[in-house]
Amino acid sequence: MAIFTPERNWWKPLGREEKLWVGIAAVWCVFMFFMLFGWYYLGTQNLPTVARRITTAQYKTLADAFVTKYKVGEEGATKVPVVDPKGDPEIYLVAQKWQWTPILILESGKKYNLHVSSIDVQHGFSLQPININLQILPGYDFIVEFTPTTKGEYSLICNEFCSIGHHLMTGRITVK
Amino acid sequence: MAAVATPNVFSGSRNEYRVCPVTTLKVDAAAERLIIWNAVTAIVALTLGGTYALLIGLTRWPDVHLLSAPWFYRLLTAHGMNMLVFWMVFFEAAGLYFGACILLNARLVGVKLAWVAYALMLVGAVMVNYIILAGEADVMFSAYPPLEASPLFYIGYILFAVGAILVCCIFIATILVAKKERRYEGSMPLAVFGLLTAAIIALFTLASGAIALIPTLLWRLGIIPAMDPGFYRVTFWGFGHSAQQVNLSAMIAIWYSIATLTVGAKPVNEKLSRFAFVFYILFINLGSMHHLLVDPGLASVTKFFNTSYAMYLAVLGSLIHAYSIPAAIESAMRAKGYNKGLFGWLLNAPWKEPGFVSLILSMAIFGFIGGPTGVVLGAGQLNLLAHNTWRITGHFHATVVGGTTLAFMGFTYYVIPLVFRRPLFAKPIVIWQPWVYGIGVATMSIAMTLAGTFGAPRRHWDVTFTNAIIPVQLPSLMNLFLTLAGIGTLLAVTGGIMYVVICVGSLFMPKREARSLSPLEA
Ligand code: HEM
Ligand SMILES: [Cu+2]
Ligand SMILES: [Cu+2]
Repeated sequence: MAIFTPERNWWKPLGREEKLWVGIAAVWCVFMFFMLFGWYYLGTQNLPTVARRITTAQYKTLADAFVTKYKVGEEGATKVPVVDPKGDPEIYLVAQKWQWTPILILESGKKYNLHVSSIDVQHGFSLQPININLQILPGYDFIVEFTPTTKGEYSLICNEFCSIGHHLMTGRITVK
Repeated sequence: MAAVATPNVFSGSRNEYRVCPVTTLKVDAAAERLIIWNAVTAIVALTLGGTYALLIGLTRWPDVHLLSAPWFYRLLTAHGMNMLVFWMVFFEAAGLYFGACILLNARLVGVKLAWVAYALMLVGAVMVNYIILAGEADVMFSAYPPLEASPLFYIGYILFAVGAILVCCIFIATILVAKKERRYEGSMPLAVFGLLTAAIIALFTLASGAIALIPTLLWRLGIIPAMDPGFYRVTFWGFGHSAQQVNLSAMIAIWYSIATLTVGAKPVNEKLSRFAFVFYILFINLGSMHHLLVDPGLASVTKFFNTSYAMYLAVLGSLIHAYSIPAAIESAMRAKGYNKGLFGWLLNAPWKEPGFVSLILSMAIFGFIGGPTGVVLGAGQLNLLAHNTWRITGHFHATVVGGTTLAFMGFTYYVIPLVFRRPLFAKPIVIWQPWVYGIGVATMSIAMTLAGTFGAPRRHWDVTFTNAIIPVQLPSLMNLFLTLAGIGTLLAVTGGIMYVVICVGSLFMPKREARSLSPLEA
């Protein structure tokens, strides 16, 4: 009677079935615990781990320099720069209300350090259709080490609410 | 009605009691008034949140796309606040007073303070609603800086939290005094133990919320120059996630209670069930880290330790309850002689009792959809594929909406005859309410999860990206699931309306003593 006080001596050993259930559950939980680390070694797509603090102004300077150096074109009404880093592994992506800048052209099979940070509010890096998602904060330079393996066009959308034009925020990464 | 007056040891005033003719429990009149006011306010918040749910739900249905973008984001913020914070916490406040006073035969300690707490919560909730609708706080309930809301938004949030802290303190004080005054024999009932778990978790949860929100307010007032978004996210989720464990513990306390009320179930092993609650207190707050799995600036070990080792012990707690409650129901039914076959006890269970149906559906939706999706999302590599997609929204609509809210709804059908002392309104529809709502929410959750798998972002007005500078096309299969979520929305909202109609209608029924435990006969 869960809503009434229990009998005096409720400190009783578990029954056979209870022991079995708790045993199986506990083993499963321990297995899951080890697997969480196991997957880290078995998997090939892990969480990025490197980040450093940076001011939004510093980040903008770095990213602007990167864009100026490697710009190969422009796209859309607001002239979003298209950048081909030509083998430079340090590449920069800026999240800003409401555009991912620049459009990146990358080479398949090459290793990159993708720097992503915001220069205003928080944004959500969401690469489609492969559905890779990262939280992007201003003041933190998130450094994502990755190697694109499949050629094609990937869309970037924003999936963290970043004020009223949130649904307008897109971008692109092309792998050639 | 038998009114008994007993001297109040502390203030010299007298507490008034009545004895419930059905349960023979002694009911403190002051606690009863607080239960009624908190519960009614909770239902008002649910009504507001539900209205917004319909509007935002229809906006995310691609063929309907009802609201404009600003109103979508505004009402989504209001939906999150009214549902997740105000509906839940007002109802839990009522639940805590119920547990501490009625179940323990005790008197409420600090009646005046309890009204102060209610007033703080009410003022906070009204402020937040006002400022959101005024368009000064389009920031979502999570309010991540440096997104800016009017300072009044944070002040309202903080006032509400202070009120909630007071409720927890009054609850704990009432239990301590009840123990000292020997109002109950031996150990406290399991349901109260579960509520105590909820209150303890709530205290450190709300403290974490204060650490997130107070500096943010100071930043908005210009007193401190900046608010670190990473720091905010850690402390905010220390509040936002742990608050879900408050909801979880309260829900499980209510599951045990409804099982007792409907089939007379008795916990199979008190010790085991209580240990399971203790696991929540010890481990579950660490699970907060799963909100930060794809954040910059936290070490992998931190993420892994907090989301694995500790969280799985909390999962063990849930697995124990997942066994104990059905086992308790089964033993109770078998003891009544329903022994035929493996499932005779289940077939003969009281399926005509709205509380029982709510209990079963709540357990099924939470246990089969909400819990497993949560454990999956808590694994780093999978979170990378799901963070901030509609999978997240699908997950928590199965936990807090299909699980907790449905359990609270079912419990209300007992509170109305026994505490409000009014017969239920529209009895013929009561039994259908949990089905309509439960099936609606389950459909919506599954559809949201699937849409998210195809990339559908959460908190998003336009998945066609019509006016974006760089065009984007998400997989067309996603639209099927967005539509399915829209259909689920209609069903769930219908179930919600049924609930509100039953509750509000009952408030206008003539007052009379309950005649039976079963709400349909009372
Ligand atoms: C009739 C039932 C309900 C329906 C149809 C519904 C529908 C929705 C929809 C469509 C969203 C928007 C998702 C997005 O665009 O990302 C949402 C978000 C949300 N809902 Fe509900 N909901 C319902 C009930 C509830 C209840 C009872 C709760 C809490 C107890 C709740 C808590 C939330 C929260 C916390 C969010 C997230 C807000 C955010 O992302 O900031 N909902 N709901
Ligand atoms: Cu954005
Ligand atoms: Cu955004």
